[in-house]
Amino acid sequence: MREIHVEDIARAVRDLCIRANTELGEDVTAAFERALKTEDSPIGKEILTRLIENADIARKERMAMCQDTGMAVVYLEIGQEVHITGGALEDAVNEGVRRGYRDGYLRKSLCDPITRENTGDNTPAMIHTELVAGEGFKLIVAPKGGGAENMSQVVMLSPSEGIEGVKNVVIQRVKTSGGKPCPPTIVGVGIGGTLEKAALLAKKALLRPVGSPHPDPGVDRLEKAWLDEINRLGIGPQGLGGRTTSLAVHINTMPCHIASIPVAVNLQCHSSRHKAAEL
Amino acid sequence: MSDAICLETPLTSGDVKRLRIGDRVLLSGVVYSARDAAHKRMVALLEAGAPLPIDLAGQVIYYVGPTPAKPGQAMGAAGPTSSYRMDAYAPLLMEKGLKGMIGKGARNPAVRQAMEKYRAVYFAAIGGAGALISRSIVLAEIVAYPELGTEAVRKMQVRDFPLIVANDSYGGDLYETGAKTYRIEEPCA
Repeated sequence: MREIHVEDIARAVRDLCIRANTELGEDVTAAFERALKTEDSPIGKEILTRLIENADIARKERMAMCQDTGMAVVYLEIGQEVHITGGALEDAVNEGVRRGYRDGYLRKSLCDPITRENTGDNTPAMIHTELVAGEGFKLIVAPKGGGAENMSQVVMLSPSEGIEGVKNVVIQRVKTSGGKPCPPTIVGVGIGGTLEKAALLAKKALLRPVGSPHPDPGVDRLEKAWLDEINRLGIGPQGLGGRTTSLAVHINTMPCHIASIPVAVNLQCHSSRHKAAEL
Repeated sequence: MSDAICLETPLTSGDVKRLRIGDRVLLSGVVYSARDAAHKRMVALLEAGAPLPIDLAGQVIYYVGPTPAKPGQAMGAAGPTSSYRMDAYAPLLMEKGLKGMIGKGARNPAVRQAMEKYRAVYFAAIGGAGALISRSIVLAEIVAYPELGTEAVRKMQVRDFPLIVANDSYGGDLYETGAKTYRIEEPCA
């Protein structure tokens, strides 16, 4: 059995919080560059150019690319042969978030849902833990801003509505959201499972590199067709008109009940932030 | 932005009348930050007939909750937040003299009508460009509600803050016309 001390977990989470908020993934900047070539709107082009510049400043100055440094969504993949020592896992993750948001000059954006009082240190983290075979320990920190999260949705469809019904939910969500989720967005779609599984499938779909094909050719075709349809809406960068409304549609599926089609749409703003580490 | 209009705050009705949707603006002068919690408090004061912590006449409010500034910085990352959450409060503030709002995303019909009635303008800043926009903010001090932290009201001195006129005082709405311009309709079968 492999032992991992909670202090190592806290340190890793701290570093990932800072890196995720200051270093935009190269897959996203590459998608901005591609979009610049197809964008017809002068305002849209200017916004894309400034977003590339913004990512560059953030990286060089180790400064948050966006002031909404988000809720810290933390995915843990823990090998079942691992023994965590020195304290509780959840406390260690929250300690890492506390340090990362303090040391990285990141905004503390969490509050009590009823009193609206700020928790002061950006905890608690939104932790999703998965036990896997082996003795690995993988962490992903994915800060999620409020603007795009507010435009997300879960719907329970009837099987009669089929994949066409799913598509309508996705397109309608993007259309209704307009400029609010900070387009160009990445559209995470979860199809199947239960209510909560669908939401998690959609959120996890956002972790896939932008521009990478879906391993299932049928799902890959859906992703490309839906993206094409979304980019015909004209919403454009920041909703001010243009061809680049979304950079990608990412779909995750799993089997569901014979009576339903759970569909979740989790929108991700262009500050698509996630960084991973292995202990 | 060589074709941009340079504007100085406070804004006059004349400044506002010149602006049309799609215009690019470089804004300089004082702007005040306020978002959800500060708006709620200010509107509660107005409804109670109490004075506001800031004089709104000719002023511009920026919907922003910045990250903490690093040592040596005037301001941390400071991009706009979604404006629709301030829609419930904005018309009353325009009635009290507010001339400009800076944020991101579309406004509701009541806000757009109030902009026509009171001659005010809504500017879109680039959402998510927090590090870049930080460079346009040369000074900042908290002038009200320090206990709100990132949501406190700050008096910010800005220089050449790049903006786009999203709603003008003639009922123009770039969110609507922009999307219409670039929409590709499916041909009828």
